[in-house]
Amino acid sequence: MAETKERKLPAPAVSPETQAYWDAATKGKLLVRKCKSCGQAHHYPRTLCPFCFSDKTEWIEASGKGTIYSYSVMRRAPVPYAVAYVTLAEGPRMVTNIVDCDFDKLKVEQAVKLVFKPTDGGPPLPMFTPA
Amino acid sequence: MSIKGKAYIAGIYEHPTRLAKDLSLAQIHAEVAKGALEDAGLSKDDVDGYFCAGDAPGLGPMSMVEYMGLRPRHVDSTDTGGSSYVLHVGHAAEAIASGKCKVALITLAGRPRAEGMATGTVPRTRGGTPTPDEPFEFPYGPTVVNMYAMCAMRHMYEFGTTSEQLAWIKVAASHHAQHNPHALLRDVVTVEDVVKSPVISDPLHRLDCCVITDGGGAIVVVAPEIAAKLKRPKVKLLGASEFIKTQMGGKVDLTYSGARFTGAAAFAEAGVKPSDIKYASIYDSFTITVLMQLEDLGFCEKGEGGKFVSDGNLISGTGKLPFNTDGGGLCSNHPANRGGLTKVLEAVRQLRGEAHPKVQVKNCDLAIAHGTGGSLGLRHGSATVILERE
Repeated sequence: MAETKERKLPAPAVSPETQAYWDAATKGKLLVRKCKSCGQAHHYPRTLCPFCFSDKTEWIEASGKGTIYSYSVMRRAPVPYAVAYVTLAEGPRMVTNIVDCDFDKLKVEQAVKLVFKPTDGGPPLPMFTPA
Repeated sequence: MSIKGKAYIAGIYEHPTRLAKDLSLAQIHAEVAKGALEDAGLSKDDVDGYFCAGDAPGLGPMSMVEYMGLRPRHVDSTDTGGSSYVLHVGHAAEAIASGKCKVALITLAGRPRAEGMATGTVPRTRGGTPTPDEPFEFPYGPTVVNMYAMCAMRHMYEFGTTSEQLAWIKVAASHHAQHNPHALLRDVVTVEDVVKSPVISDPLHRLDCCVITDGGGAIVVVAPEIAAKLKRPKVKLLGASEFIKTQMGGKVDLTYSGARFTGAAAFAEAGVKPSDIKYASIYDSFTITVLMQLEDLGFCEKGEGGKFVSDGNLISGTGKLPFNTDGGGLCSNHPANRGGLTKVLEAVRQLRGEAHPKVQVKNCDLAIAHGTGGSLGLRHGSATVILERE
């Protein structure tokens, strides 16, 4: 089933802690939060590292490359859509959507690349499409 | 301190309704409380501990304490979604063991069906200040069904689990539900019926999903000296454990649940092992929920759940591990979209020998009840109790 109709996306709620993430999204960049103490990147982004609780965390720009860890096509929706966990090249897995593709051909561990989709009055959302 | 042998389940009640258009939410809480206290042979004024979760109207326990005219000296409104009430049994035992109360009442009620709630298929937030995860999840349309479906999809990828194997779980539940006059779905279904029902979110079909029902239930947990004075069969708590499993900062692993930790801890506290269990109440929001929890609790190896549940192995009288003999959430009841409390109820019925004769497990002296609340694919609260007939 090809994705033909457009789905209206709600705007994400931006907080002071994640303002930079959404500002970058507006410029077409995906940021990942990385800890300078333990060296690990995490998602969703926090000021305090969820692994070692250090406050020495920083933004890095993601390459936009990833693979599908798992996905599901929500058939019982006004416009069917594919929700997924994508494993970023930088390490963390993120909840996202797979878009602009034939949902019936999606595969677990398939390579995907970053795209952005506009929301209803907010910053755009990072999503993925087959690479 | 262990809670082993420190508390007993003395009273249970399940509301017979599955559609509560003419009942208020508070009223259902009170009716099930009355039912469980009468079952125990206790009165409202004996209650000195009250436990509820987010389905109770009002701020924590306060409105329901007032509505029912209780005077508790110990309260707990820990909310881990549908597993809350399994967790509450453990917390009640802890409170009793430390002398904070002697008669603990746990209630659950809800009316999602009367309210026309699209429980599984519409994304929703909790309202108020957004949770930290919400901006990174909600806009992508996570629903109850598609997040559990992602667990099933990954399980199939890693272990070769099939839709037909998952379907056996519904088949077993339906075999049990045919004997429950209160069950919403009483028709026996086949594997073919399940896999040919419409796909809701790949790979889960409509019949992989639980029912949406109104109603509720209550449990009364008491101190040993109270249990000794009551006339009902004695059901003793041997072990209890809880755990919150998360996305772990982006290291999410969808192939296992928090049952991996709660099962190990509860079995260790009880001093028994999975092969000793005669009856299992396993949270069944979806077929995949059951399969993963059975693996994680240690009833079979990780990845072997598909084979374990096949060919009627969960059907009472036929299989090696009778499960959810009331029909469970898959066929009978999932009140308030929270199925943990009803899991405890059927385990107690089995231990008392009061399950339906067609599904009663012979010599049922040891049972487990396990709950998963929240979302298996996002973050969830797991709780396990192990119960013994004395």
